[in-house]
Amino acid sequence: MSKTVTDVICPFCGTLCDDLVVVTDDEGKKILSVENACAIGAEKFLHSSDHSHRVTRPRKLQEDGSFKEITYEEAIEYTAQMLVNAKKPSMYGWSSTNCESQSVGHEIAELCGALVDNTAAVCHGTTLVAVQNVGIPSCTLGEVKNRADRIIFWGSNPAHGHPRHMSRYSIFPRGYFTGKGQKQRKIIVVDPRCTDTSSLADVHLQVEQGYDYELLQALRAAVRGQELTGDIIAGVPKEKVYEAAEMLKSGRFGVIFFGMGVTQSLGKDHNIDAAIMLTKDLNDYTKFSIIAMRGHYNVTGSGQVLGWQFGFPYSVDLSRGFARYNPGETGTIEVLKRKEIDAMFVLGSDPGAHFPMQCVKEISKLPSVAIDPHITPTTSICKVHVPVAFVGVEVGGNCYRMDNVPIESRKVVEPPEGMLTDQQFLEGVLKRVRELKAN
Amino acid sequence: MDIVKLTLTKVPDLYLEAENVTPDHFAGKTAQQIGELHVHLGNQTAKISDYFSVEGKGGETAADTKIVIAGPTDKVKYIGMKMTAGEIEVQGNTDMYTAAWMAGGKIHVKGNVDSFCAIGMTGGEFIVDGNAKNYLAASYRGDWRGMQGGKVTVKGNAGSDTATFMIGGTIDIGGNVDVHLGTHAEGGKIIIRGNAKGRVGGQMVKGDIFVLGQVERMMPSYILKGEEEVELDGKKQMFQVWIGDMGERHAKRKGEVIYGKIYVPTGAGETAAPAIHTEKRKKLTDKQIEHLKEAFKDQEPTVQQVRTYIYDTFDVDMKPMQVSRLIDGIKR
Ligand code: SF4
Repeated sequence: MSKTVTDVICPFCGTLCDDLVVVTDDEGKKILSVENACAIGAEKFLHSSDHSHRVTRPRKLQEDGSFKEITYEEAIEYTAQMLVNAKKPSMYGWSSTNCESQSVGHEIAELCGALVDNTAAVCHGTTLVAVQNVGIPSCTLGEVKNRADRIIFWGSNPAHGHPRHMSRYSIFPRGYFTGKGQKQRKIIVVDPRCTDTSSLADVHLQVEQGYDYELLQALRAAVRGQELTGDIIAGVPKEKVYEAAEMLKSGRFGVIFFGMGVTQSLGKDHNIDAAIMLTKDLNDYTKFSIIAMRGHYNVTGSGQVLGWQFGFPYSVDLSRGFARYNPGETGTIEVLKRKEIDAMFVLGSDPGAHFPMQCVKEISKLPSVAIDPHITPTTSICKVHVPVAFVGVEVGGNCYRMDNVPIESRKVVEPPEGMLTDQQFLEGVLKRVRELKAN
Repeated sequence: MDIVKLTLTKVPDLYLEAENVTPDHFAGKTAQQIGELHVHLGNQTAKISDYFSVEGKGGETAADTKIVIAGPTDKVKYIGMKMTAGEIEVQGNTDMYTAAWMAGGKIHVKGNVDSFCAIGMTGGEFIVDGNAKNYLAASYRGDWRGMQGGKVTVKGNAGSDTATFMIGGTIDIGGNVDVHLGTHAEGGKIIIRGNAKGRVGGQMVKGDIFVLGQVERMMPSYILKGEEEVELDGKKQMFQVWIGDMGERHAKRKGEVIYGKIYVPTGAGETAAPAIHTEKRKKLTDKQIEHLKEAFKDQEPTVQQVRTYIYDTFDVDMKPMQVSRLIDGIKR
């Protein structure tokens, strides 16, 4: 016998698919199969239910470089002491956990005068900076599916990064006003490389790497019917720029999806700024929206919770007791490079793998705690590693999709005996921090 | 004018936030009272006298107060923030937000300054003898008002995002600037005596930018309007005038559309082959791979160990994915 759980949320990428069907054994301990998910999503479920390779108790780094098992109580004590004693601790990550845990974490940060930052620092933070400068005309993925007939993928490759995005929302689905599916849509891909996504495009603008800003501004001028200087604009022939501008204007409803190809290449927030302004301009002719292709399944949620609690979406500095925000100063990479912090707390992210080596070395020198179900490059350099249950698999909680739609994730199986969730662990730390602060 | 001399006696272990170091706060105070003012380090609050020795006293008003700061002040932020009058002289380097939101008076830094200096400045004079980093005279995050008045002079180079959202005032850079100069500008005058790295005047609606060296690559949305004789530093000179940014909406005055203008000396133009912005691919030479093999002979190193080793010995920062592929390659 087996049990079937329907409408399960996939806690992997920002597409946050909500139509998965998971079959478990009848005790609800082991996952037998996952339907509807893409390969990466299914792997996350199957992998987490295989307990043999998982660490189930906190571990502390010893002098000789080995790890020794400690209890959750000891781990809570270490974390609380570290955060209370630090002059400027940093609490980074938050993208692979639910909003409930984020909220508890922020309470700790406020008490300890910490910096709170999420993985937007290395992916879509620049988007948030641009949004703050010029606003954002956006929509939900449902509208894209039902209405959009012009789709632009700028610096993003959903065929690999968000596998079901194209089939559920952007290219293939047949919606209310888009009954002919792909036939009715025109796809433009802007990418210096030929990718699996660009092979589906009607127009592939092969922009010269690092010149997205120039191309965006040229497109804006072209949309307005202005002249352009030069025959080749950022690697693209001038006629093609005008052709693309016409194609965008002629649609009934268009969407720009953009990914890390523009948010992290030269210009960063300026690229997004220009892309948002292009969207605004196009609204003079037709209806246009823009959506960021967020990576981690709940990085959007972290921005939402931080925004709701402190007014800023990432890189929030609470050290002076009020919230300050200035990516470039309060971002985790910057503070590590400049040696501005004296303790590091990581939850639901892997800076050990994504940060520059200089920062990784800095983390390894600081008192540090990593909360992560897996063993990762980060957990192997932090002083204490606390394994927790998988959010979206072993515990539910609220998550936000890339278009800022909140979706409640579901619990499908039990975590290994005696394991805490992110939230339980953080609540333990919060309680202890309160006690320490009271004295 | 009364002089207060601050000498940094203890280098902070993290960074010090010293927004109280302004003539406005020091005016009418004795050395002892000045020493009692707060400075902040992370979530701790300390006194100026914990980090600085204080000599002299403040003048009656901010305008009669001069502050001279000596010692290794590289890690001190917010010096002269929001000052309205008086003078500050810094003998060494300072960190971020020096002269931020400055409204009047004068700040002279003899060394270098870090990022976000003179942001949102509305008046006064800010002089840097060395270099400035990014976001000089720009706006604070989310603000649509960058520098609005006053004068910024940097004798060395400036970083990227200089003068974002500038509305008024003058910026004079002796050396080169990095990308994104005068983005979103709606007024003001910028003079770059060296080269500009590109994306000059992106999204600019109004304002003048002079680049006396070369512009690495002009934005495609700028149009060459012709040549014009313009007076600069009291000399008349011929300049090519570019107008734009054509991607933006522009206001009209007396029936004429107002554009942002970039002035380049006639004959200078663009550099022939713009440097490509992409980073070099991080790869090890065969010799380094041999070295690596030798170092980890008969061992089963983790990716992290190898990544650290490569960084320490060859100064190459590889991604863990690359490292694990490298290890697989070596094993085979
Ligand atoms: S597209 Fe993303 S959310 Fe959907 S199943 Fe695949 S990994 Fe999961």
